[in-house]
Amino acid sequence: MAHHEPQVIVLPPDKEKIKKLWRVALILLLVTMVEFIIAFTIPHGHAKTFLFVILTIVKAGYIVGEFMHLRYEVKVLFWAVLVPMTFIVWMLVAFVYEGTKIVTY
Amino acid sequence: MSDSAAAVSHGKSVWDGGTSPMGVSYGKLMMWFFLMSDAFTFSGLLITYGLVRSSNPAYVGPVKDFFFSTTHWPIPEKVYDAIPFVHGVELPLVFVGFMTFVLIMSSVTMVLAVEAGHRMDRQAVEKWMLWTIVGGLTFLSCQAWEWTHFIIGSGEGTPMLEVINGQWVQHMVQGANLTENQYGPPAFADFFFFITGFHGFHVFSGVLFNWLIFYNAATGVYDRRGHYEMVEKVGLYWHFVDLVWVFVFTFFYLV
Repeated sequence: MAHHEPQVIVLPPDKEKIKKLWRVALILLLVTMVEFIIAFTIPHGHAKTFLFVILTIVKAGYIVGEFMHLRYEVKVLFWAVLVPMTFIVWMLVAFVYEGTKIVTY
Repeated sequence: MSDSAAAVSHGKSVWDGGTSPMGVSYGKLMMWFFLMSDAFTFSGLLITYGLVRSSNPAYVGPVKDFFFSTTHWPIPEKVYDAIPFVHGVELPLVFVGFMTFVLIMSSVTMVLAVEAGHRMDRQAVEKWMLWTIVGGLTFLSCQAWEWTHFIIGSGEGTPMLEVINGQWVQHMVQGANLTENQYGPPAFADFFFFITGFHGFHVFSGVLFNWLIFYNAATGVYDRRGHYEMVEKVGLYWHFVDLVWVFVFTFFYLV
């Protein structure tokens, strides 16, 4: 049986785009290193937790926005993904507050 | 693909049919919606962790005097302070930091595979998919070691107060399982197993998907199909696994 391999045109690498991806990776690694430094320098407490949450959101933003390409998608898709996440924030605040009112000991 | 939404004839809304209003293919859109439902599942686990943690007393006092007990929640850096082949040296969070590095790097190689797919560059897709698989397997191996270490326990164990046959009894606890935990309240170990286990299972299935994509790319399936969109879809899943780890890392190991 004659087997025809399709004619595939391979384009050259997009240097600019690849450079940008590596830059995002560098930012993610740097933020993680900052988190490490904070973990061993700032005493435990609300301020530390707050800093960690901010840095985590920064990392999540880069992963979802750049790696998962969401930043460049149509606005409807962008908001269809982001808006439901507000429920999670509500759930988190409600449950952690609720937890402080439960006495286990 | 992404400009299909723009191709709407005059006077018609994008929602009148014939176009993709979200500007992505059906498969990619459904992957997004699946990932959202998965995000809710992981949030459920992490938020329950937050609930139980905030209902347990926190340790008060200087960190250097910290001791394991069921009466307060452990400080994570005191629990995860070991790395393979090095015994008796406290290296807090170093190993989990390495795991984070591995997963971020595998996310980069994945996105490079997606970029290569856009250019129909089969060889580059194969190369980057293989690196992504290597990253995933490295992460899983690290996790296997971490679980083993956590289950077997370290040192001589911790004396813990427990109710046995209706009596408060103090006895030595070594290692951790779903009912006992040398590092603190049993719930801490339960959450460790469930959260990192559920995430690890996602990494495991992600490696299988990545392997499938590599195999299909290598056998020319996507060249015959004329596009490499499957790489993008599995890429979304793989980045999501990385994203979840970012949250697990913060809320389980750092906070």
